[in-house]
Amino acid sequence: MTDSALAPSAMAAPAAQRRDFGLKRRHASEARFRFYGITAIVIGLAFLIILFVSIISKGYTAFVQTSITVPVEFSEQIIDKNNERATDPLKLRAANYPLVARNAVAAFLGIDPTDKAAMKAAGDLVSDSSRVQLREIVQADPSIVGQTRTVTLLASGDIDSANKGQIDLSVAEANRKVSDKQLELLNQLKEKGAVSMPFNWGLLTFGASSRPESAGLGVALIGSLFMMLVVLIVSLPIGVAASIYLEEFARKNRFTDLIEVNINNLAAVPSIVFGLLGLAVFINFFGMPRSAPIVGGLVLSLMTLPTIIIATRAALRSVPPSIRTAALGVGASKTQMVFDHVLPLAVPGILTGTIIGLARALGETAPLLLIGMVAFVADMPQNPLQPATALPVQIFMWTNEAERAFVERTSGAIIVLLVFLAIMNITAIVLRRRFERRW
Amino acid sequence: MSLDIASSQASAPRNAPPKMTGDKVCVFYGAKQALFDVDLKVEQYSVTSLIGPSGCGKSTFLRSLNRMNDTIDGCRVTGKISLDTDDIYDPSIDVVELRARVGMVFQKPNPFPKSIYENVAYGPRIHGLARTKSDTDEIVHSSLRRAGLWNEVKDRLNEPGTGLSGGQQQRLCIARAIATRPEVLLMDEPCSALDPIATAVIEELIDELRENFTIVIVTHSMQQAARVSQKTAFFHLGKLIEEGKTEDIFTNPKNKQTQDYITGRIG
Repeated sequence: MTDSALAPSAMAAPAAQRRDFGLKRRHASEARFRFYGITAIVIGLAFLIILFVSIISKGYTAFVQTSITVPVEFSEQIIDKNNERATDPLKLRAANYPLVARNAVAAFLGIDPTDKAAMKAAGDLVSDSSRVQLREIVQADPSIVGQTRTVTLLASGDIDSANKGQIDLSVAEANRKVSDKQLELLNQLKEKGAVSMPFNWGLLTFGASSRPESAGLGVALIGSLFMMLVVLIVSLPIGVAASIYLEEFARKNRFTDLIEVNINNLAAVPSIVFGLLGLAVFINFFGMPRSAPIVGGLVLSLMTLPTIIIATRAALRSVPPSIRTAALGVGASKTQMVFDHVLPLAVPGILTGTIIGLARALGETAPLLLIGMVAFVADMPQNPLQPATALPVQIFMWTNEAERAFVERTSGAIIVLLVFLAIMNITAIVLRRRFERRW
Repeated sequence: MSLDIASSQASAPRNAPPKMTGDKVCVFYGAKQALFDVDLKVEQYSVTSLIGPSGCGKSTFLRSLNRMNDTIDGCRVTGKISLDTDDIYDPSIDVVELRARVGMVFQKPNPFPKSIYENVAYGPRIHGLARTKSDTDEIVHSSLRRAGLWNEVKDRLNEPGTGLSGGQQQRLCIARAIATRPEVLLMDEPCSALDPIATAVIEELIDELRENFTIVIVTHSMQQAARVSQKTAFFHLGKLIEEGKTEDIFTNPKNKQTQDYITGRIG
């Protein structure tokens, strides 16, 4: 035992036989760090859960819509009193369809037509959009005039809210949007089984409307789809070509360093700046149409390009150099090396980066406000040159609306947007898992 | 120190012109000079081994023989290297053509992450050696056979080359290199990542390939140099110290540094 000579004091106490490696301190610091880490994750998850609970609890009701199913008499008296529809098609367009709807509800409930207040309340139960709905039925088949059909009409936004229990009935009648008479009629309709709550397809198919029950994300979805296509078509080839050149062909010198720094800077430029740029260049200089998805797509392409370039360069760099030397060693030219060997191995990384870039672009709002995509567009755009809105912009616009029914629709739209983003991100993860490290 | 000297002599006639000639070759990496005035002749149909301690410039010299150094930023080569009579650094020489004539096998087996068949077929295909499927099949089969891999892989040509063992991968890389019918085959420490059994297989293979190819091999193992090569060149600190017939270098070195190295006193 030479220890005693080296450390006589340690030998004195038999418990100190073992050297002190500071294990206690090390274990304590590890435990502390684990605790910090878990705390951080718990806090992060808590915020995520609060976000989801808040949005979903507010928004899930937007996916059902109160509807009223009643027999509607397409009265010739109201629609076409003088029987001119054969000669004047405008007659069918301009007819007083709201009156048809009102009479249908009133007749169903047995309301005395001379009771003005009750008749008005009955008319207010049904959405104003029934005008369009009934008109389309008649225009599709003019022979229906004079007959009676059972039609499912949308309830008006306020009645929809009341039916979902979202209106505070303790407030004095004069201060709320739904009168006691309307509530009474609604209850009568319910008792007769005329009120239903089907899935709200309109939320996904309707265009803009000032009435919440007939407002939907249709135009915004089409607009966002067009923009994503433009972004994909424009920024993927440009981004990939630029990255391949910079990574594989360009000499490393000051100029390429400068380009590299600028690409990284570009990725950090606030998106609203890109919006201003798009306004100045695409709309004012090139004279492209306002509010059009093509302009939105181009602006978002500018924004997505740096993301794609950075992701593509990282993917190219992660291909092992041995693959490159192997290809060059058998006499492949540089182009053959890149396109036969390096690029195929980098594709999963490129796709992942592209999808993440697209997902960012899908959620972008600020630049679109500047190029006029914050517009009231009721008609479906047929191509990317026609006015449209975008999902996040539609959410932004709905938050400015006053009706209670728009509150739930805003949250509903956020859910739709989040679902799309989640699908894109999951696709990216699946791609990455699937093709990761084949060498 | 007992050395197993390769008994068979170069099959090329003594006075045949050298296949490759380095004349005052200097290589610079940026400002740093890695190789100083190397003059070396590589005989046809023989194995020339380059030995020396790490960082002595032997791999650098090897890589300048098929211009793989071109891919390194800031690398510059002066002097003259010729293949037969062509100056390989002449602007009229295309590296693609050069590398088809001077193939290379690397230290770490680096098959493409593709099928065994595709690994071998790629070179002939890009160089236009195989126009039809049957041509390609023929080249792939004969290359694999010559690399001594055929019996092991003939039933799984469509499986990925990366799924083979290390020694098989290296033989696949040799098959890939000889599939382009090169005149010279460069090997950069081809056995350093392999176990002794796989190494023995490759050494045997090198001895067979000598009949049809001129081979230059970099090795860390002096035993390997002695076993496979007819000519040996000893590099130290970027200079070619001594070159000559392998048996002379290992039994009767003229230079003190060479003697110190082969007896294990330096390096």
